[in-house]
Amino acid sequence: MAAHVEEAHAHDDHGHHHKETFITKYIFSQDHKMIAKQYLITGIIMGIIGIAMSLLMRMQIAWPEQPNVIFKALLGKWAPEGVMDADIYLALVTIHGTIMVFFVLTAGLSGTFSNLLIPLQIGARDMASGFLNMVSYWLFFLSSVIMVSSFFVEAGPAAAGWTIYPPLSALPMAQGGSGLGMTLWLISMAIFIASSLLGSLNYVVTVINLRTKGMSMTRLPLTIWAFFVTAIIGVISFPVLLSAALLLIMDRSFGTSFFLSDIFIQGEVLHYQGGSPVLFEHLFWFLGHPEVYIVLLPALGITSEIIATNSRKPIFGYRAMVASILAIAFLSTIVWGHHMFISGMNPFLGSVFTFTTLLIAIPSAVKAFNYITTLWKGNLQMNPGMLFSIGLVSTFITGGLTGIILGDSALDINVHDTYFVVAHFHLVMGISALYGLFAGVYHWFPKMFGRMMNKKLGYVHFWVTAVCAYGVFFPMHFIGMAGLPRRYYTNTNFPLFDDLASVNVVITVFALIGAAFQIVFLYNFFSSIFYGKKATQNPWKSNTMEWTTPVEHIHGNWPGQIPHVHRWAYDYSNPYHEEDFVPQNVPMKDGEKELQH
Amino acid sequence: MTALLSILVLVFITVAIWQMVKIFDLTQAGKVDANNQIANDTDNRINGYLMIGFLIFIYVITIICFVKYGDLPLMSNSASEHGPGIDRLMIISMVVIFFVQTVTQFLLHYFAYKYKGEKGKKALFFADNNKLEAIWTIIPVIVLAGLIIQGLFTWTNIMNVDKGNDPLVVELYAQQFNWKARYAGSDNTLGKANVRLIDIDRANILGVDEADPNAQDDIITTELHLPVGRPVLFKMRSQDVLHSAYMPHFRAQMNCVPGMITQFSFTPTKTTEEMRQTPDIQDKVNNINNIRIEKSKDLMAKGEDALERYEFDYLLLCNKICGKSHYNMQMKIIVETQEEYEAWLKTQKEFKNSLVSIQ
Repeated sequence: MAAHVEEAHAHDDHGHHHKETFITKYIFSQDHKMIAKQYLITGIIMGIIGIAMSLLMRMQIAWPEQPNVIFKALLGKWAPEGVMDADIYLALVTIHGTIMVFFVLTAGLSGTFSNLLIPLQIGARDMASGFLNMVSYWLFFLSSVIMVSSFFVEAGPAAAGWTIYPPLSALPMAQGGSGLGMTLWLISMAIFIASSLLGSLNYVVTVINLRTKGMSMTRLPLTIWAFFVTAIIGVISFPVLLSAALLLIMDRSFGTSFFLSDIFIQGEVLHYQGGSPVLFEHLFWFLGHPEVYIVLLPALGITSEIIATNSRKPIFGYRAMVASILAIAFLSTIVWGHHMFISGMNPFLGSVFTFTTLLIAIPSAVKAFNYITTLWKGNLQMNPGMLFSIGLVSTFITGGLTGIILGDSALDINVHDTYFVVAHFHLVMGISALYGLFAGVYHWFPKMFGRMMNKKLGYVHFWVTAVCAYGVFFPMHFIGMAGLPRRYYTNTNFPLFDDLASVNVVITVFALIGAAFQIVFLYNFFSSIFYGKKATQNPWKSNTMEWTTPVEHIHGNWPGQIPHVHRWAYDYSNPYHEEDFVPQNVPMKDGEKELQH
Repeated sequence: MTALLSILVLVFITVAIWQMVKIFDLTQAGKVDANNQIANDTDNRINGYLMIGFLIFIYVITIICFVKYGDLPLMSNSASEHGPGIDRLMIISMVVIFFVQTVTQFLLHYFAYKYKGEKGKKALFFADNNKLEAIWTIIPVIVLAGLIIQGLFTWTNIMNVDKGNDPLVVELYAQQFNWKARYAGSDNTLGKANVRLIDIDRANILGVDEADPNAQDDIITTELHLPVGRPVLFKMRSQDVLHSAYMPHFRAQMNCVPGMITQFSFTPTKTTEEMRQTPDIQDKVNNINNIRIEKSKDLMAKGEDALERYEFDYLLLCNKICGKSHYNMQMKIIVETQEEYEAWLKTQKEFKNSLVSIQ
């Protein structure tokens, strides 16, 4: 079956080659490699917007209600006299979260690397459906434009937090941002979900059907396992958010009462009766928690690949790694209630969710220890991608450990919605996934653009980012433990928290420095596309299939026949071979046995 | 103008990076594998040392944070009966976390340094080991089992409201952007209420049912007074959006959800006065007042008023994003002796007397 498809594709390939116009090649491309680049560059632009918003918030928190020329320049009417308005602060909180979680770390990360690597690493000519893939990107692009454009509506963008809990998000009387801004947010997210579903279905179908001869599931690189499982979680959970969004639209515009009941606001009683905001919370977090792993698993997959390649060692415990990905994916769908311990749901459910949540620590611990063991007695090549991968393991551990506190319902009572939570999830999913994204960009840049990124700039970028990331988020745990609630526009109304003001300044300074040094990355990225050193075919001496394709991109990936696969992806430093790597398409030597991994 | 300047600054930074890279490349011109963008032995060595440096950085920042900010206000000095249970569990969890963090970060960064690559070296082909896998599956299982069991006991203990010990019933009522408290009065039973019964003209602001006999002696206040040592059962309501009643010193928090009544119960163990006398709080208050004096100097130089002296009080904060003034939705909590509490309560108006009659 696979061979048949391959021939048909190869045939097809000859027929259509060299007929591309500018528009079909660069804009409405159906080639997975081009779509990956489109995802990456859109993701980077959204990332710049998202990070800039976080800096505005940090400056407001560190120097509250102070006039600031930057506010005045960027926020216009939202910062009269340069003093930030409280409404726009909440809007920044909301849109920063939405953009970073969905547009940068879901679409930017998963969209880029799933598209680039799935066909290349499994030995396929392209995605199962190039057309759906193109539609998926353009829906993502459209939703990005709508989300950003919500900053230009009269009453401001959505400002109810990225979790958009009703009734705050449902009632324009409750908050300016809950008018047109929230409508745009909901439309944007509905389109985004459609994009994500098309992408995910495509990934799943491609991995199941288009693997080349010899590429059994147990020979798949861990990147593909991670993308594959991520796509499955996405298909399961995103539709639930879509339903929640649709029901919220019904409540907002058509007078239904799914999430609303008994409301008195601005002097009048509203007609809503019988609904419950807690229902929305359940629906939201049924996506919201798996979403954390939709963000994180691809990063872990990328890291597994990069750590193995640069350690010149097989990834330790391949089967355990696959099993832990599957275990995390399964558990991720039954832990959502740990966001709701104090939401008013039955305390017995709190007990159940505490139990399932803390179970996730087990596969996570297995992964962390396997990474560390992979480094042991390796021959570590400290390329920038490798540094970011090691950085990811470090932040994954630091951020993940505090999950033991937040997942424990009794302890959550007191740190819920404080800066402790902010520190926890930024380290474990924000920074970790961002490191995964950077690692992937440095590692696969030669594959994407046929050129190398500058390693010296990569080192500067990594070390400053690493120090600043800890500088920002480590002290943040402590102001959280001191009881400082998050999402406060200013803390000056609470003398109780005056002693934390200096910590907030330190955090902001680290954030500003860290963000400034991302310019080094941007410079490196964009200048290397045009002026980087020309890449060789397999610069990192890697085993996976993408490095058997020519440096110049061609439609269909391989000229002639697709190579067959004879071994797993991690035969690094195999004693049977002289070289310290053995690409997957190299046949077994006489007497060599495949590892029973 | 500012925007233009900012753009210029960005352009200059970019040019600066470009020039620096160029200069660097020129200095490397003569060397072998110059301009090769793949890590060589020098890179491996330098980054290996930096890994150790980074490990030290993580340890140092941990120590600084614990010493400087780690008087851990929410891990000691709780003011409720169940508080020490949470604090104990928190400390156990922190010890576990601290231990695992120290060890794993050490291994990660030390290995990254120790096994930094050298040309011609071959790594150990070590793909799997069931014994090791079993070890680091089973150890977390055991540790987590302990934490889970301890956590569940603590949680159940807190959330199970014991009606038998005659708790004082108090309603916490949230609205954008303030809190009200409703005491049940001498019958200790709250009158029925619904936002549909709100009648601003009659000053029935919480929508209490005027016909309900239980409601007549209810007392609505803007400060929360609690007698020390008596269990309090809070019934939470919200009239508009989600709010969260967060009382950090009592280790208590529960969301207020429009359309339903949520509850939380605790027993205060220290009066406000006793809490003010504890050394931890006195240190904290002194520190805060020093900060406020410094800040006041700046303010007075600008011709503004100085900040008031801070005195410790328990607080109820809103901890669920609720709109524009979310950051300033608070209520003072005063814990006092039974006599003081009763005396205060007598000065407050009962519901039936608080209504305004309209002709």
